Amino acid sequence: MTDAFGRQAALIERLWWPTLWVLTAIYIAVMIALAYAMLRRRHVDEVKSEVRTARWVGAAIAGTVVILFAYFISDLFTARAIAGIERKDGVTIEVTGLQWWWRVEYSDSVPERRLTTANEIHIPVGRPVRIITSSADVIHSFWIRELHGKRDLIPGDKSEFWLRADSAGVFRGQCAEFCGLEHAKMALVVVAEPEAQFQAWYDRQLSAARVPPVAVTRADSLIRSGHDVFVTKACVMCHTIRGTTAGSSIGPDLTHLASRRMIAAGTRTNTRGNLAGWVVDPQGIKPGALMPPNNLTPAELEALISFLESLK
Amino acid sequence: MKRLVIVALLLSIAACDREAREYRPGPPTASPAPFVRQTPLQPGAPTDLLGSAAYQENRWAVSEGQRLYNGFNCVGCHANGGGGIGPALADRKWKYGSEPDQIFATIVEGRAEGMPSFGGKIGNAEVWRLVAYVRALGKLTPEDTWPSRTDDIGEASPVGNGQ
Repeated sequence: MTDAFGRQAALIERLWWPTLWVLTAIYIAVMIALAYAMLRRRHVDEVKSEVRTARWVGAAIAGTVVILFAYFISDLFTARAIAGIERKDGVTIEVTGLQWWWRVEYSDSVPERRLTTANEIHIPVGRPVRIITSSADVIHSFWIRELHGKRDLIPGDKSEFWLRADSAGVFRGQCAEFCGLEHAKMALVVVAEPEAQFQAWYDRQLSAARVPPVAVTRADSLIRSGHDVFVTKACVMCHTIRGTTAGSSIGPDLTHLASRRMIAAGTRTNTRGNLAGWVVDPQGIKPGALMPPNNLTPAELEALISFLESLK
Repeated sequence: MKRLVIVALLLSIAACDREAREYRPGPPTASPAPFVRQTPLQPGAPTDLLGSAAYQENRWAVSEGQRLYNGFNCVGCHANGGGGIGPALADRKWKYGSEPDQIFATIVEGRAEGMPSFGGKIGNAEVWRLVAYVRALGKLTPEDTWPSRTDDIGEASPVGNGQ
């Protein structure tokens, strides 16, 4: 039954399921009482009936108070336990919600080890992660069901919370606050992996894109001309690829696009076909997304996709 | 009669072009527009050969233009209409003309003294949205399409504040 990959989610789950069952029982009891009230005959002895009704209402109120109080207490302890995870030696990640994707920035005290990426978060298992949230446009909500509860991203307001994955896994995070047309297609991939693997991923992400300086093989020349398409066409107006002249930050950072599992904020798997479809006509996949359609010749498109696929 | 009025009112909602949103405009990449007049001097009334009215009178186009204006760093030279490195856009003095197709050409072709050419880098529709916003800065478009607020509360602009 458990879907929790961290202690916090396990605590939430432990509170959530009994709450569901208790509320279901209460709902059924109320419906039975309602049906009884509608179907029963009027009593002859009004006074006796009044007394009996008062007794039932009193019992129901007492039961409600007891249940609410029990939940008040358990909620308090759960919230304390969730907030009480160890906060030493954490990874700090700033997550910004935008219509309709996630900007992810890893902080580090060494400036050159700061990392900007998008729509995919890697975290080390067993180490606390400090998430700092904000929004660039409207209210979003950051939700990784397997690790923690929902957290609203409020424009103009930074807030932070801690989470920790206790076992490895790949999860789908989701925007949990309606934020416009493509709210449902605003997801992110969360990868919880062992420390060594995380460090290897992090170091690889820090490196700049490599564009073959001289095209010797056919594959190299495709990548080279794909790079030229990227920096001379519309792509360069919104995206960054470190190591090239593309440095705009309106859209997601694409420096290591090919290493990501999904494209378009969890909308499609990262395959050659999906990528090409997305570049040519994003509006067909995610209507209203802020990426415009692109008019490329087949040769340009093939080269561009080869370049994007080389961004490992 | 009453029912007829209600039906007419309901039908009129569909006619509200001001709020229409066009997600798949074509053609995608802008090239220099044909028939651009390089001077405001011309016989007869001003011409709008390229049919930009749909953008000028569309509220979403103007607010998208505002987003692109900030995102493409127009703001870096023209500030929020007040100018700086580049000329002011809110002062109603136009070196290269204030008609939509003239502003379109200025953005796509670039101008001497430092205005870069964005031809081939931005789609036609995006340029028209920028034009709509730039004209809103100069208060040349219908007042009911000026952005009264931005979805991005981080950046305020003169128009965005409803001034």
